[in-house]
Amino acid sequence: MTQTIIWTVSVLTVLGLVLALVLFWVARKFRVEEDPRIDEIEKTLPGANCGGCGFAGCRAFADAAVKAGNLDKNYCPVGGNDVMKKVAGILGCEIKEAAPRVAVVRCNGACSVRPRINVYEGTQSCKVKAALYGGDTGCLFGCLGCGDCVAACQFGALSMNAETGLPEVDEEKCTACGKCVAACPKRIIELRAKGPRGMRMFVSCTNKDKGPVARKACGNACIGCGICVKTCRHDAITLSDNVAYIDFEKCKLCRECEAMCPTGAIHGVNFPKPLDKEAVKKRIAERNAKEKEAANE
Amino acid sequence: MNKLTFSIGGIHPSDSKISRGCKIETLPLPPKVYVSMFQHLGAQAKPVVAVGDKVKAGQIIAEPGGFISAYVHSPVSGTVKSIAPRKDLAGFAVMHIEIDVEGDEWAEGVDLSPELVTNIPEDRDFILDRIKMCGVVGLGGATFPTHVKLNPPPGKTAECLILNGAECEPFLTSDFRILLERTDEIVVGAAIMQKVLGGCRCVIGIEENKPEAIEAVSASVARLGFPGMSVATLKKRYPQGGEKQLIDAVMHRQVKSGGLPIDVGAVVQNVATSLAVYEAVQKNKPLVTNTMTFTGNVVPPERQHNYLFRIGTPLSFIAEQAGGIPENAVKLVSGGPMMGKAIANLEATTVKGSSSILCLGDETRRHPETACIRCGRCADACPMGLEPFFLKKLYGVGDTDALERNAVQDCIECGCCQYSCPAYVPLLDNIRMAKAQVMGIIRARNAKK
Repeated sequence: MTQTIIWTVSVLTVLGLVLALVLFWVARKFRVEEDPRIDEIEKTLPGANCGGCGFAGCRAFADAAVKAGNLDKNYCPVGGNDVMKKVAGILGCEIKEAAPRVAVVRCNGACSVRPRINVYEGTQSCKVKAALYGGDTGCLFGCLGCGDCVAACQFGALSMNAETGLPEVDEEKCTACGKCVAACPKRIIELRAKGPRGMRMFVSCTNKDKGPVARKACGNACIGCGICVKTCRHDAITLSDNVAYIDFEKCKLCRECEAMCPTGAIHGVNFPKPLDKEAVKKRIAERNAKEKEAANE
Repeated sequence: MNKLTFSIGGIHPSDSKISRGCKIETLPLPPKVYVSMFQHLGAQAKPVVAVGDKVKAGQIIAEPGGFISAYVHSPVSGTVKSIAPRKDLAGFAVMHIEIDVEGDEWAEGVDLSPELVTNIPEDRDFILDRIKMCGVVGLGGATFPTHVKLNPPPGKTAECLILNGAECEPFLTSDFRILLERTDEIVVGAAIMQKVLGGCRCVIGIEENKPEAIEAVSASVARLGFPGMSVATLKKRYPQGGEKQLIDAVMHRQVKSGGLPIDVGAVVQNVATSLAVYEAVQKNKPLVTNTMTFTGNVVPPERQHNYLFRIGTPLSFIAEQAGGIPENAVKLVSGGPMMGKAIANLEATTVKGSSSILCLGDETRRHPETACIRCGRCADACPMGLEPFFLKKLYGVGDTDALERNAVQDCIECGCCQYSCPAYVPLLDNIRMAKAQVMGIIRARNAKK
């Protein structure tokens, strides 16, 4: 009886020791060297796994950043500069600070100014609608209004405005991950620099049709008249394919183009005061007159 | 007589051939025509005329933009007014040549006499060249260039030419009318294609709901006596006129997934294409006219029409000639109600493949979608043996590998699934997107190889 107990205990002890040795050896032999900084960076990142950085998720981002040893090609738009500084601290490298960006919807063809010419009954998806036909308005370039961008946003920053039929961006919630940009089949949404105190200018239209066609389709369309290009003193506005585009790096936020635009396609947002169009127009006229005088002398 | 049909799936919608008794009327010339450069499958045609040029009817105004492409001819005589993008039926901008109509003068060499010419040219290359130069494309719906289809790749031979007179789509009657009124020409056209394909047999398939056409064609085949030609009566069933379904019905052979009809020795051509081939080869007349139906369940019987129209005639002009669009029409469709395209723009023009203007009433509106109850009717109805509910689900989660394994690329977009769904799930909308996505992946993979 005692012998049986002794045997059992000793066999199990020896077995346990042998297996422990095997496990020890296996753990040594097949150990995966992983940089502890990967875990650390992953913890620092927002953890949204949105893919806005171009990697499959936060872990993939951390892995790539540690492998590269610098942050030249990695930037987390959701975390922004603060998070990136922390990540840089872990890696011990420098970062290029990026201006915070925000999604901008470049269509202002609200229901009231863009007449519906037919009724769409199919699947409520912009992607399906865009593949089927030109849309339920005369504008081939504008918002289709089925809300693919709203569905794509993981941060709840986009919502459809029932009155205008256009998506609206909640600037507080938008992280500029770019999911909505990819979801829009008409490529209306653009990531633009947020600007000082959120102030920025943009052309809220992408209609490439000629002026009369665009005007007929939508009262707020950019008709490619070029007045804004002539008005701008900072060379910030370019005109191609009958549509103007404001370079946000060159724009000095003087709002002169907004005052001069005949269709109201240029929008300035988050300015403290509403734009006094007449005053700005007067200012421009006076300046032009002075310049003319100077040229004559 | 034994009635033939395909083996799986299919539906039986009411055939609604209201305009079957209306003789083909020649539509007057419109003041202006707009000729699209994108009237065929494949590459867009390239204009060869300039603004201000005088053109005659039947003169080449655009040449093919690639191997799979077709010549485009002026349908009228007049002056080229502009060459510019214009909105097509779906509202997309497509290059169009605008021509102001002046008189009706035809290009030299075009034989407009009505006499039947039954002597078929001996030279195969001459026939193919004529078909190519006359811009003939498949008029069954896909508008695939006919000269390409009639020239099988080396190593493959056609055993049977199937002439598609099924016209399985409800409402449409233009094929039925040409089968009645231009029977002999269609039969000669079929004989020409038989010759090009190396003397294979030819079966003219007509659905049982067109007994007059079956009788007329049978009589004509017997009278003209071309060898190896016969008429087959098909059961009334949609999509009988689908290429693969028709091959199944007539030859009892199935085309493999990803295969072409020629793999099983079949070439399918529409009866209207046969007429165009006849006119091209025997009369040197390019494809500038076609037959279309103006019909619909809200169009009163006296305003139903079958028209012979010049390609490029604006749809609004045709509607005007037919007495206008009825006020209670809620949907306008070009093509059949199953596979046709909604007309988003009535200012668009007719193209080679235009087969109808359908005015449909309130009862054809879509119902709100409800949840799938997994009844499996869509899978029963699918003539390609697919599982539409599953494909839609796979598209929803974006699993392209599984979509390809489940053969989404075989979908013929006939719409049987959506028609049979009791929950009004927009199956085809989703499957069409999935198909496009998977086809893109397959093409990219093949290009890499």
